[in-house]
Amino acid sequence: MRDRLPNYLLVNLALACLAALFFVASIYVGRGGELLFARLHAADEIDRSLAWLILTEIRLPRACLGLVVGATLGLTGAGLQGLLRNPLAEPGLIGASSGAALGAVLVFYFGLAAGSAMLVPLGGVAGALASLGLLYMLAGRNPSIVTIILAGVAISAFASAFTSLALSLAASPYAVYEIIFWLLGSFTDRSMDQLWFALPFVVVGLALVASTSRALDALTLGEDTATSLGFNQRHVKLRAILGTGLAVGATVAVTGVIGFVGLVVPHIVRPFVGHQPGRLLLPSAFAGAALLLAADLLVRLPVGGPEPKLGVITSLIGAPFFLWLILRTRREAN
Amino acid sequence: MRLGISHLHASLGGARVLRDLTLSLEGTNFIGLIGPNGVGKTTLIRAIAGLIPFQGSVTLDGAEIASIPPRTRAKQIAYLAQGAESHWPLSVERLVALGRLPHLEPFRKPQPADEAAIARAMTLADVDTMRARDVLTLSGGERARVLLARALSVEAPLLLVDEPVAALDPYHQLGVMEGLVAYARAGRMVVAVLHDLSLAARYCDRLVMLNEGTVFADGTPAEVLTPANLREVYRVEAEITGEGRAMTVRPTGQI
Repeated sequence: MRDRLPNYLLVNLALACLAALFFVASIYVGRGGELLFARLHAADEIDRSLAWLILTEIRLPRACLGLVVGATLGLTGAGLQGLLRNPLAEPGLIGASSGAALGAVLVFYFGLAAGSAMLVPLGGVAGALASLGLLYMLAGRNPSIVTIILAGVAISAFASAFTSLALSLAASPYAVYEIIFWLLGSFTDRSMDQLWFALPFVVVGLALVASTSRALDALTLGEDTATSLGFNQRHVKLRAILGTGLAVGATVAVTGVIGFVGLVVPHIVRPFVGHQPGRLLLPSAFAGAALLLAADLLVRLPVGGPEPKLGVITSLIGAPFFLWLILRTRREAN
Repeated sequence: MRLGISHLHASLGGARVLRDLTLSLEGTNFIGLIGPNGVGKTTLIRAIAGLIPFQGSVTLDGAEIASIPPRTRAKQIAYLAQGAESHWPLSVERLVALGRLPHLEPFRKPQPADEAAIARAMTLADVDTMRARDVLTLSGGERARVLLARALSVEAPLLLVDEPVAALDPYHQLGVMEGLVAYARAGRMVVAVLHDLSLAARYCDRLVMLNEGTVFADGTPAEVLTPANLREVYRVEAEITGEGRAMTVRPTGQI
């Protein structure tokens, strides 16, 4: 008799199909539930190239971002929860997201964002790399998990303080407006170029995290036993943290901060594949992509007025889920 | 399997725990590591497993353990920590399967040989009947046996176990000791830290008694467990009766 979990392959397949479904929907459904074909038809009558532009410059980047960012947050969230052996860990914990946000905010602050659309993600990635370097310096060559968490919290706090400083010292109210809206996190008005820029960091980062899959399984038994099973703890931590920082930093640099997805997704997946950290990685990537694409569809539903920011929606859904998680943990503890 | 330890020094938090410890273990044996609290039994086991820095030399079949690649070493030395725990609520079978990690090829699923090793380990530790249960819902003693099965499933030629019977009821204490004997008889070496001197006397082929960070006595149970040694090292008066599988050590009073 095996444990009563559905077939691993089927779960992955189902989640991948779900992500694909929302991906297609994301291209097909526009603002206020407006459908692509109707839109294209209308545009096509005026100008054929305009119809093509809508698809490649507006709909496609948005859907691709949903896929990439969702997969990144899901996979790194699951990886970090495994590494830290803590179900409350999330990718922002190590400070790379805050660093990326600060880097991008500084680009807005100095008024460079108008110059080129690429400078914001560039600043973001630079910020993420700087915060990872700082983390390495603070935590030392062979850090304990507690040191990593504390250093990450310190870096996040420091970066947030600088972000607030940039906001309060910003020269014009427009800069403040721009920064705040960017910080809320969104997939709108991003170009394929920005996605291509972030993609190498994301791919390398996700590969690094995925390469720790078996080490994360071994960590279920604690660091000593994992070492005795042949996994060098220093290398495992380095790969997992660097990978998370690169992937999440690069996505934040393009989309702004999108909270709670990395925290929530592994919890949604666990009932279907169990708690083994390595087995969680792939389904969490699919589930993260599906969830974020779905949330991005939700954002487009209101017809009148401005579109709510994606980061706001994920937090609106994520925070109550977090509370429920705490209540459940408390119930289990009793 | 030949385990050579020479002039081993190790410190924990600035305090010298092991002092110039030299010991040579060879062949198919079940070796009991005994001694009062704080004499360095766990530190010695952890040094052999390559988990702590030390001065001196620890060799496995002539090779320095620090020079053996981690994966190869993981196949040769299995280690069960004192009071080991699981951080996630895995099923018993999945937890025991973690012991096969050093044997898995990259990107490959567990092979029939792995499944067979897992099954043997679960039988030896008597956890067959709970294979689908969540380890975190088991009792402390049941969980200890599951974690022992995890260490057994590595099927390493050298098994280091730190207090494997501490949390168990008498039935399972005997069962686990029998299991460890059977594991050793299959051509392997078991080094176990033990506090129950009667169990150590009955099941171990050889006992190593540590005191103040070094080897105090080394030999067969009858040679090591003498009233004089127990008085000097454990500071207890003890009544020693029987011999072989019937040997009993009963502490009668403090000194």
